[in-house]
Formats: sequence, C-alpha cells, structure tokens
Amino acid sequence: MELVYVICVGVMTFSGIFLCLRGRTFPVVVGLTMLSYAVNMFLFSSGRLNLDGTAILGKAENYADPLPQALVLTAIVIGFAMIAFVVILSMRARADLGSDSVDGREPRDADQRISHKRGGQ
Amino acid sequence: MSEHLTILPIIIPMIGGLLMLLPPFQGVERYKYRRVASLALMLLQLFCSVWLLSTVNVAGPTMYAVGDWQPPFGIILYADLLAALLVVLTGFLGLGVTIYSFAGEDRKGRYLPPLIQFQLLGINGAFLTNDLFNLFVFFEVLLIASYSLLIHGGSKEKTAAGVHYVIINLIGSSVFLFALGVLYGTTGTLNIADMAMKIPLLNESERVLAQVGGAMLLIVFGLKSAMLPVHFWLPKTYAAASPPIAALFAIMTKVGVYCIFRVYTVIFGDDAGNLANMIEPVIWPLAIVSIIVGTIGVLASPNLRAMTGNLVIVSVGTLLIAFSIRTQEATAAAFLYLIHSTLVTASLFLISGMVAEQRGKARDWFVVSRKLKDQALLGVLFFIVAMAAAGLPPFSGFLGKLVILQAAVTNTEKAWIYSVILISSLFTIIALSRAGTTIFWRNVISKNQSHSSSLSIWQIGGALILLGSSPVIVLMGASVIEITDSAAAQLHNVDLLIDAMNLREGQ
Repeated sequence: MELVYVICVGVMTFSGIFLCLRGRTFPVVVGLTMLSYAVNMFLFSSGRLNLDGTAILGKAENYADPLPQALVLTAIVIGFAMIAFVVILSMRARADLGSDSVDGREPRDADQRISHKRGGQ
Repeated sequence: MSEHLTILPIIIPMIGGLLMLLPPFQGVERYKYRRVASLALMLLQLFCSVWLLSTVNVAGPTMYAVGDWQPPFGIILYADLLAALLVVLTGFLGLGVTIYSFAGEDRKGRYLPPLIQFQLLGINGAFLTNDLFNLFVFFEVLLIASYSLLIHGGSKEKTAAGVHYVIINLIGSSVFLFALGVLYGTTGTLNIADMAMKIPLLNESERVLAQVGGAMLLIVFGLKSAMLPVHFWLPKTYAAASPPIAALFAIMTKVGVYCIFRVYTVIFGDDAGNLANMIEPVIWPLAIVSIIVGTIGVLASPNLRAMTGNLVIVSVGTLLIAFSIRTQEATAAAFLYLIHSTLVTASLFLISGMVAEQRGKARDWFVVSRKLKDQALLGVLFFIVAMAAAGLPPFSGFLGKLVILQAAVTNTEKAWIYSVILISSLFTIIALSRAGTTIFWRNVISKNQSHSSSLSIWQIGGALILLGSSPVIVLMGASVIEITDSAAAQLHNVDLLIDAMNLREGQ
C-alpha cells in the first residue's frame, strides 16, 4: 500500500511541477491543482497509513491519528478557494492582456519558432 | 475582557471587515460610512494592540488557548513582546494607509476598506499564533486579501503582476504544506513550543526528515520575505500596486522575516541538538547577496516605485544579516531596524504616489517633466524619507544601521557586515539623490500648470503619520531599544515559552 501511495503522490507532484513551468495559464492552473492534490494526499499520510483504524478512541482496536484528517480538510478548502481565484484571475488576464501567456504577452520569437518548425517538416 | 486581550487584534479586523460588507456600508455612494467605520476600526485596533503591548511589557508573555483547548493539542496564541510590538506596528501602518486611502483610492473599488481589514487580520494572526498550521492558515488569509488588493483599481499592469504573484504564492503554499506534513510526521506536533522540545529527541532517520522539513519552511519564508534567490516577484508586484496598497505590503515581507526569526530561533535554535542553527550557513551568504542585488536594483530602477521595491529587498537582506549573527544583541538590533524600515518604505511608497499624481504622464519615472504643484512640500517630505531610508542621522535609519553594525562580533563578521552595509548605504544615497534631483529640480517650463491636481489633506496626513514616526523613534531611542532588547531576550529564551505553555508538567 505504501508503495502505491508514494508513487501516486510522487507522480502527481512531478506532473504538477512540470505543468507549473509551462508558459500558458491553463496548464499552470491545472498544474497548481495537481500540486494541491498531491499536497493533500501527502499531508494525509503524515499520520501514518493504517487499515481498519478509527479516528475515535474505543471504537476499534486500532486507532488512526485524527489530526492529519483535520489538516487535510482545511488544506482542501483553502486550496479550492485559491484555485477558484486563480482561474478567475487567468480569465481576466486573458481578457485584459489579450494573451493567455503567463507574462501577459506572447514571447517575442514565438512566431518564428512556429514557422521554423513547420519549415523543417 | 483583559484575559481575551491577546485575540482582540485578530477579532477586531475580522468582525469589522465582515460588518463592512453588510448593507449600511454597501453601495458605491456609501463610501463616507465606510470611511468612518474603517477609521474607527483602525483606532480601536491600535488602542487594543498598544494595550496588549503594555500588558505584555509589565506582566510578561501571555498564552491564550483558543476555545480553552490546552497546549499542545489546541490552537495557541502567544503574545510576547516581539509579537505585541509587531502588532502595534501593523496597526500603526494600517492607520496611515487607511487615512491616505481616503483621498480617493477607496472609491476606485467598493471593497478596499474590508480588504485592508482582512489583510490586517492575516498579518496580526501570523504574528500572534504559536501553531505552525495556524500560521499557514493566517498566511493564506493575508495572501488572498493581498491578491485582491493588488488588482484593486484595475489596469493591465496590475493584472499581469497579479498573475505572477498569485501563481508563485500558490506554489509557495504547497511547499509550506509539504514542510508541515514532514514536520508533523516526524515530531507529531504542530505547536512551536512543543516542537522545540521534540526536535532534540529525534533519532537519526527522523532528524534527516525534520531537517528537510525545516529547509522547505525556509524556502516558503524566504519567498514571503523576498530573500534571494526567490525575490524576483517583489519589485514588479510592489510597483504595480497602488501606493497605499504597496505601503501596506511593506509589512508583508516582514512577516516572512518574523517567521524566520521565530521558527529558526525557537524550533531550530541553540537547543535543537544536531539541528541547532541549521540554516545559519545558508542565510549568511544569501543575506549578503540580497543586499548586493537589491542595491544594484536600486541603482538601476527607472521609477520611484521600483526603487522603493528594491529598497525593501535591501532591508530584508540587512535583517537577515542581523539574523545570521545569532546573538541576542543582533536580534534586538534587527527588530529596531525592522520597525524603521517598514515605516520608512511605506511612507516612501505613499510619497511616490503623491509625486506620480502631480506629474501627469511622467508619473514617477525618472524623466524631465513639468514642475510639481506642491514642489516645496513634496520635496521636503522626499528629502526626509530619503535621508531616513539611506541611514543618515538624525533619522531612524541611522540608529537602525548603527545597532546592527555594533552587533557584529567576530572580525570576519565585522569585515563583511561593515563593508556590505556601508557600501550599500552609499549607493542608496547616490540613487536617492539622483532620483530627487531628476524629479524635483529638472523641470521644463510648462504653460498648463493648472492641470495637476492638488494634494488631498488625507494623503499628506497619512504620509506624515508614517514618516513622523522616524524622528520619534530616534527621540525615544532609549525606550525603543529597551523594548527591542527585552523582545529579543524573550525570543531567545525558549524555556520561557515552554513554561508559558505549561508543557513541562508531564516530564
């Protein structure tokens, strides 16, 4: 179970960081979402992974740490609000600046690069 | 009442900000109601924080268990002299900014006063909390308020800066949560005092993890405080924000610096076993490079706002250099400089806003333009703030830099700190005098003088309140230094914190 969990968190963090480094706002927003999912899963695992554990004492033989669950809940709510904000901001940036590049303007050599590629094919 | 004093600086802006969203204050034409309410709130908040400071000064640090859940399980607020002092500073800055915004800035958007209150809520909370996850929550509160404040007024420049600012801070928040997960996983607690007790007891493998967590926290706090190499967002963001907002943001970098002082003195401080002072070797070069790069930025800035943004980076570098000396005297010196630099950079932002308003299309760019309408008044204000920012006597910058220079102990430290701070001050003087010369003396004769708007009494009042504190700090130098000294003593005395939390009973 631990291995699967670790791979999931790792792959999501990797994808999140990769997408955050892209130049357009849409992949960056998706990357931030992935990153916040990865963070939530990571936080959840900070109370150790165990099966058949309850968060309330006396209900089962094993008990799970309830605090990470509370932390994850807070982090989910905050992350959700922040993603909503960044989505609206990117839409406004697209409208105000006329470009969906994170810098608000197309890179100077964007046209050349595209035409070069086509020329090479 | 007085036992709930610690939470008042958080409660007042929260309830006040929420109330200002309700009908009597809503609507474009009701701006006068909002002005009265926000001024009253700021005065109330300042009064409560001064009360808190005097209480803490007499009775020592106080602990406040929210909902009476005792440490280490509940969320704990902890007001020592440092936190109380910074809450007073925040309230004072908020008052100046609020008064300045009455000149018309608050009518460019309906939600400026409530947003300022939410920003203050987040800042005060970050200063007062003693729980790392709670610190994250207050960071998010102050950040989401600052996202909206940054694009207040609206322009292409603000939107473009806003996208960068929001994205980089969201990534920072993710790193913060990763760090918290690591630290909670290894120590099993989020209470700063409890964590300080658990860190020395960790075994070898857990210690490595805790070190990773601590290092990730440094990235986050470095990002908030605009420490090199994660400072790139700052000059553009602060230059894009409208003047009162940028002045309010002057305290935000100091929140990051405060967290570095708090976390790496208490949790990873002298008592942390193998992890004692783990970031000191990293901070030391970064602080020096921050000052150098900030100074180059000051020299290269094309306008007054960008120059002030770079001055903020220089001041952060100076604070971090004082941090890396790691003595109580240096910490006290850093707190004195922190108060000074916050107030002076904030008033420089306000003054650059007034200058920009009177110069028409030239704004605050360093180009030849028409004469300012209130040349004499603005010139004098700029002269004073420039002297304070560059660290010339008789203003507070001189006192702040002097105590930091005096705090250096070994000869290597002295060589580095003296040369870096003094050379940086020299270049700052050159840049500021060049800026002043261009703006105030190199004018073209223009026929349509009447076009430039007059300054509002509110603008001058707001700037004067913040700027006037600089000579006051010097006049009351002895008592200010006394307070910062005991604040530093309380910060370095981790046992005091642990005793205040009643955490020793179990052992």
